[in-house]
This record gives sequence, structure tokens and C-alpha cells, in this order.
Amino acid sequence: MMRLPPFAYLAPRSVGEAVRMMVDHGPEAMFVAGGTDLYPNMKRRQFEPKVLVGLRGIQELVGVRGEATTGLVIGAGTTLTDVAEHAAVRGHLPALATAAGLVSTPPLRNMGTIGGNVCVDTRCNYYNQSYQWRRAIGFCMKKDGDICLVAPGSPRCWAVSSTDTAPVLWSLGARARLVGVGGERVVPVASLFKDDGIDYLAKARDEVLTEILLPPVDGLRCAYLKLRRRGSFDFPVLGVAVALGLDGGRVKTAKIVLGAVASRPREAAEAGALLVGERPTPALIAEVAEVAARPSKPLDNTDLTHPYRKKMTKVFVARALRRLAGLPDSPRDEEEVA
Amino acid sequence: MPAKPILTLRVNGEAHEVAVPVHKTLLEVLREDLGLIGTKHGCELGECGTCTVLVDGQPVLSCLALPVELEGQEIVTVEGMAPPGQLHPLQQAFAELGAAQCGYCTPGILLTSMALLADKREPTRDEIRQALSGNICRCTGYTKILEAVELAALRMSGEVAGGKHGRGATA
Repeated sequence: MMRLPPFAYLAPRSVGEAVRMMVDHGPEAMFVAGGTDLYPNMKRRQFEPKVLVGLRGIQELVGVRGEATTGLVIGAGTTLTDVAEHAAVRGHLPALATAAGLVSTPPLRNMGTIGGNVCVDTRCNYYNQSYQWRRAIGFCMKKDGDICLVAPGSPRCWAVSSTDTAPVLWSLGARARLVGVGGERVVPVASLFKDDGIDYLAKARDEVLTEILLPPVDGLRCAYLKLRRRGSFDFPVLGVAVALGLDGGRVKTAKIVLGAVASRPREAAEAGALLVGERPTPALIAEVAEVAARPSKPLDNTDLTHPYRKKMTKVFVARALRRLAGLPDSPRDEEEVA
Repeated sequence: MPAKPILTLRVNGEAHEVAVPVHKTLLEVLREDLGLIGTKHGCELGECGTCTVLVDGQPVLSCLALPVELEGQEIVTVEGMAPPGQLHPLQQAFAELGAAQCGYCTPGILLTSMALLADKREPTRDEIRQALSGNICRCTGYTKILEAVELAALRMSGEVAGGKHGRGATA
């Protein structure tokens, strides 16, 4: 039996209490929501907190509120199952329902939360291994060691952002409410991430992600595509989130955000800008996809080969845009449909 | 020594008082403290579904659940699917159709299927496949598993007669 290391478990009933507990216990404490990522990592001794501050009992963190037309608010403690099955999310923000519904497996989605998925630890083939495995290879800088085993000459960690929902939330222009000891702040989801495999979250230790605030859906179309080896279980080795604001057939706003190609979600801003003011024709989509793949710089530290993941960035961006434009997935099928 | 709080867990309709270290998972407590060894341990990392139990009717992974988080919730293990000496229609169908080979993944698959059938009386093959997409069978006996869930669904909705020697439309 692979067991958890010992810890004390605190069960606050409010966000304020949770924040105070975190401050009281300092760097030895961690927040836990669903636990579906933290507990396996603790079993492998990637984290060894002495105190866990459990967020599950905080009712104010759970549930989807508001209307899609004025902007839904999703409590960070809402399970991925509940996000994926929520009628307004499915109806108006299908990319978010898709992304939440593609995280891992059904039982895990019954436990894991959307806040946990947004904040999920970065991953790497040299890191997500048992203690014995990591010791045998001399450890890496993300835990217990001092070099990056993917890029030994690099001063930084290259572990991969593995959240499915954050690229979608970023593409939709969602904001996050964070509550800490110094008060609360609302920031774009896009500014929650840092380009470092270890220090990947722009969130203070004592801050709790409490809510995801979505903008009003107004002519917004969105899609999310996920690349992984199996149709279930696996983390993304590439995620493509696309959101288009359309106005009379022309693109008013366009955001393309790539997941699992770097230590943070990465927006292909140059590619998105090419679409603005234009009609999404097959030729333009092909050009945009080419440009969108440029910021995709996967390394050899997840499943599937990194040249393939880079190549699939272009394919997936084109496919997502074509779907939103009402075109068949592949240009090869165009004649049949037309 | 880590603290051992006294917790009250409701398992298969009965309240159990347990005094266990807080870092013991539900899987460990079920097997080691309550003697309910029908729940199997597989990967213990949330990657196989073998240890699935129901919490308030929903499939969850007992290897990643802490008892301290589950007080007041209704836990069902494979031992609680049917009264002692009887089989649940799913268990009956799995036995008849040979939907268990080594049997190790079977408790998790039975419980996940039970949750599905509580939600949908007659799920499609795709819905069953989707519901069971978090449960790995390394004997790869998936076709028979899907057929057994379909047969149990038909029997439970009364469209096909059950019984020990009954044979459903899919048999």
C-alpha cells in the first residue's frame, strides 16, 4: 500500500478562516480542495506538508451562480463534473464544459474541483514519479534536486502546465477572485500564471482562489481540443482553446490559448490578431494556424514526442477554428460538404 | 505520533466509529480497520478506478479520499450492493455473462455501473462506456462488461426477466 505521509488536517468553514489557518501555519501548510492531484503527489513525496487546510467544507466556494447573458460566476470548489454538466455552461460556454469533462476520469471529476484544475501542479516525466524512481535518477530541481533533467544546462524548471480549464478560461477572458490575508483582488485568469515550472502560479501562499468570473456571452463561440494518448485518464499533452466573438460573419475578437506546451498556458496573440476584422475563410484559418504554432515549444518531458505535439498545435488550431466557422474538420473534406 | 480523531463513518447503511490517523485514506480504513476487503487497491494514485466506492451515490476513488472529509456522507462498497446472501442484478449479470475474468477491477466497475443505472434506467452503449471510462480492466474483458451492464439494466427496468438462469436479449 502506497501511503500518505502524516499531516494534521484542518477543516475551516469559511474562506476567512482558511486564510488565517494558512497564515498561522506558514510554509509547512498547503490548501487542498478535491485532493485528486495533491494526494497522489504526496504519496510520491513530491509534497510533504505538515498541515493541510481542507477547502471542501466551505459552502461559499461551491456552485454556479448568475446568468450566462450577464456573466456566470463559478465557485472554485465546484466539482469538474458539476461544471461539465451545468446547463448554462454547456449551452453558452461549450468549450468550458468540454474541458472540464475531459479532465482525467468520471470518478476523479466527481472529486476534483475547477479551482484545483486551474491551480494544478505542473508536470514532467522526471517529476511525477515515485520517490525511489526520482532518487535513482538523482532528483530534479523541482523536488529534492538541483538541476533540470530535461534541459540540464538551464537555470529554470521546464515542467509543463497541465490544466485543461485554464486555457479555456483565459480564451474566454475570465477573471479570478483571490482572497488572502491582505484582502481580496480580482485578476484576469491570464495573469494567474508565471513561466516557471516550480513557481508557476502568481498567487500568494495564503490566497484562496474563490471564484471564476465569466464575462457575458454575447455572440461568443468557443471550442477546446485536447491531445492525449488515451481517451480518458491522461493529462493533456496539448490543449487548444479558441474563442471568437463574431459580428455578422466577421471576427470581432479572437483569442487562441495553448495548453501543455510550456510551464504556463500560452496565448497565440499574433495569430488571434490576424483574424480580427476578417471572415474566417479556410485560407485565413490555415495561415492563422501556422502562426499560432510558433509559440508552441513543447519539450521532451511529457507523453508523445515533442515534434509531434508541435505539429499537432497547427492541426488543432486549424480544426478548432474550422469548427467555429462551420467548416468540416479537414480541408480534404471540403468539397464533399460544399 | 499523529492524532487519531474518532470519526463516524456511514458505510453500507451502518454507522462505524473509527479511531485512525487522519492521513489514512478511505481505502486503507475500509480494508484495514473495517475489514471490508471487497474494495481493492490498484494504482493508489487515481489512475485505475479499482478502488471506486460510492459516496452519496457518486463514484469516487477511495485511494484519494480521506475519512475526515466524509463524515455524514453515505458510503457504499461492493459488500453493500445487495443484502447478505443475495446478488444485485448487476452482480448476477456479471456472473452469468462472464464479465469478470480475474475479478480484481469488478467491485469498482459494479459500483460505477450501479451509480449509472440509478441515474439512467436504460443507458446507451456509449453512455455505459463513458461512465466506465475511469475503470481499467487489465484482462480487457470490456465487451462482456458492457453487455452485462446492458442486461442488468433491462432486468432492472423489468423488460427482461431476471433469475439465476435467465438469459437476456444480449446474452
